[in-house]
Amino acid sequence: MSDNSIRNKPFHQAMTEAISQEMERDDSVLCLGEDVGPIGGVFQSTAGLHARFGEERVMDTPISETGIMGVALGAAAEGLRPIAELMFVDFMGVCFGQIMNEIAKVHYMSGGAVKLPMVITASTGGGFSDAAQHSQTLHGLFAHVPGLKVVAPSNPHDAKGLMTTAIRDNNPVVYLFHKALMGLPVMGYVDAEIDNHVPQEQYAIPFGQARTVREGTDITIIGLSQTVAKAVVAGHKLAEMGISAEILDPRTLVPFDTEALLESVGKTGRLMIVDEDYLNFGMTGEITALIAERLDRVALKAPVRRLGIPGVSIPFTRPLELAAIPQADDIVNAAVELMKTHLR
Amino acid sequence: MSASQEQKLWMYKTMVLIREYEEHLATAYFEGKLPPAIQKGLAFDLGAGPVPGEMHLSAGQEPAAVGVCAHLKEGDSVWGTHRTHHFAIAHGVDLNRMTAEIYGKVDGLCRGKGGHMHLFDPKAKFACTGIVGAGIPQAVGAALAAKRRGENWVAIAEFGEGAANQGAFHEALNMAALWQLPVVFVCQDNYYGISTSKARSTSVASVADRASAYNMPGIAITENDPEAVFSAAGEAIERARNGGGPTLMEAKVFRYYGHYQGDQEVYRPKGEVEALKAQDPIARLAKKLKREGVLDDDQLADIKSGALTRIDEAFAFARQSEYPAREEAFQHAFAD
Repeated sequence: MSDNSIRNKPFHQAMTEAISQEMERDDSVLCLGEDVGPIGGVFQSTAGLHARFGEERVMDTPISETGIMGVALGAAAEGLRPIAELMFVDFMGVCFGQIMNEIAKVHYMSGGAVKLPMVITASTGGGFSDAAQHSQTLHGLFAHVPGLKVVAPSNPHDAKGLMTTAIRDNNPVVYLFHKALMGLPVMGYVDAEIDNHVPQEQYAIPFGQARTVREGTDITIIGLSQTVAKAVVAGHKLAEMGISAEILDPRTLVPFDTEALLESVGKTGRLMIVDEDYLNFGMTGEITALIAERLDRVALKAPVRRLGIPGVSIPFTRPLELAAIPQADDIVNAAVELMKTHLR
Repeated sequence: MSASQEQKLWMYKTMVLIREYEEHLATAYFEGKLPPAIQKGLAFDLGAGPVPGEMHLSAGQEPAAVGVCAHLKEGDSVWGTHRTHHFAIAHGVDLNRMTAEIYGKVDGLCRGKGGHMHLFDPKAKFACTGIVGAGIPQAVGAALAAKRRGENWVAIAEFGEGAANQGAFHEALNMAALWQLPVVFVCQDNYYGISTSKARSTSVASVADRASAYNMPGIAITENDPEAVFSAAGEAIERARNGGGPTLMEAKVFRYYGHYQGDQEVYRPKGEVEALKAQDPIARLAKKLKREGVLDDDQLADIKSGALTRIDEAFAFARQSEYPAREEAFQHAFAD
C-alpha cells in the first residue's frame, strides 16, 4: 500500500486514473473522440489509455463531432458506456443537435425505456489568448437542457472521484475540465492551494454535493471549476483585509446542491457568484434566482453580486482577455465593494 | 438473393398490415381536428382530437421496410425517422403499444411521452428520431457496440433522401466504412424532402452514388418493389453480418400522403399520386402471387381482413388505455 496521505497528482492524471480503473473494472467502458488515442488527448485527458487498453477501447475518430455524439448515443443504447471526448467545449456547437435533441432527451422521450450511460468530456476555459472559439466555458448551456448532468471539477481529488461517478451514472454526463487546472506544463495556472490528494484506490464522489473550500462568516463566494481557485486566492487577500469569505464549490451544476448554498448564504448574508461562463441567463443568474426564491429562509445583508463574462465574446489580445474574464483581483474588489453596500 | 415463397408471403402480409394501418390512422387522425369540433376561427387544430400532433404516414414506402426487415434477426436494430411506421411494424414493434403511444396513452411504448416521431421499443430494438438525419450515426454506434461485444448483430439506418444531405449522413458513412461496421444505410427516395423535390435538393440522381465516396458498396433499387429490395438488402445485410462492412442502398418509394396530414401539397404536380398508385407495389405483388398460384382471391381477402382485425385490436387497445397521470410530465428526465 502506498501512503495515501502524500499521494498528490495533477488533474489530468487523476482524471485518467479514474477512467483507467473503471475500464479495468467494467469491460463496457470505452473512449472515443478527437485525438484520444496514442497522443492521449491534446490536454492529456486520456493519456496512457491507448497503450494500456488498445485501439478497440480507445478510439481516435475523424473530426466529425455530430458523428462522434451519434455513435456514442447508439453505443450507449446498446449497453456500452462510452466516454466521448471533443477536445474543446466550443466544438459542441458543431454537434449540439445530437446533444440537445437526442442524447439529453432519449430517456425522457422513451418514458424511461432507454437509458444512455455515457460521458461527454471537453476542455473549457480561457486565459491563453486562444480567442472566442477556443476559450469558452459553456457549462450553463448544458445545464439549461433537461436530461444532462453537468460536472466541472475544480481540483484533482474531485476530478477523479467525479469521473468515477460520471462513468457509473446511467445518464449522459457532461464532464468539463478547465485547461488551466489540468496541470499541463504548457499552460499558466492560478497559484492557489487546491486539493491534489488523489488516493490510489477507486472512489466515487456523489453528484449534487457541494464542497466548502474555505469557511468564512462575512460573504459567500461561489465559483465553479477554475473560478474556485481564483476565489481561493481572493479569499486570502480578503482575509488580510479583515473580510472573512466562505468559498463554496458546487462541483456539479446538475444536480445542484441548493441546500449547501442556502446554508452558507444563511450564515454570511452576502453572496457573490463568480463564473467564467457568460453572465447573461446562465449559472450566475440561476443561483441568484435560487436565493431570491428563498428569501423567506435566507436574510441578505447586501444585494447579490455576479461576476462573469458580460455579454461579449472572448477577445484574443492578452490585456483584453484578462479584462473580459473575471480574475482574482476582480473578486477582491467586488467583495470589498459589496461589504460597503447595504439593502435599502 | 431471391425471396422464398414463405418470405414473399410474409412481405405481402406485412405490407398489407402497414398500408391498412396507415390508412386507418389517416382517418382516425382527423377526428376532432376539424370545425365545428375545434375553436372558432381555426380551420384545423393540430393538437386536438385523440391523435394529437403532427402525423407523417408511410403508405407507399412499404417495400423498403419489408424487403429489409425480412432479413433481420434477434439482436438486429433499426434506427428510424419521423416517417417510420412501416419499419416499426416490419421490425416487429408491439403494435398495440405503438398505437397507444401515437394516442399519447400510458400504455404506449414511451408512456405517451414520445409520440409518433419518437417510438422506442428496446425489446424489438427499434428507435427513431424527429430530427432529419440524426439517427444515422446512432445506428453506426449500435453497430460499433455489436462489433465490440462480438455479436453478429446488424444495425439498420433507415431515412429519406432528404437526410442524405445532412452532415450526419456523411460523417456516419465515413466512420462506418473506416471501421468496417455492421450497418446498412437504407435511403428511401420518396421524391420530396417536405416540399422540396430531390432534383432541387440533391446533387446526385441516386444517393447510392455517394457510396463510392466512402469506399463502400452502393446499390440503387430503381423499382418500388419488395422483391428487388429483398434481394439487395439480403446481400448487404449478409455482408455486414459476416464482417464485410457497411452498404448504402437507395430504394425508390412512393409517398402517397403529404409530408404531414393536413399538408395541402401545392408543390405536387396534379395527378402524381394517382399515377404512382397505378403502380402500387402491394397490388402488383398480389397479382404476381395470384399468377404464381401462391394465393387466390379468398386468401387475399383473408389477409386483408386479418390485418384489419389486428389493427382494430391495436386501436381499441390505444383508445381504452388511460392518459398518464399529470405528475409523469415531471418524471424520467433522468434514469436512476
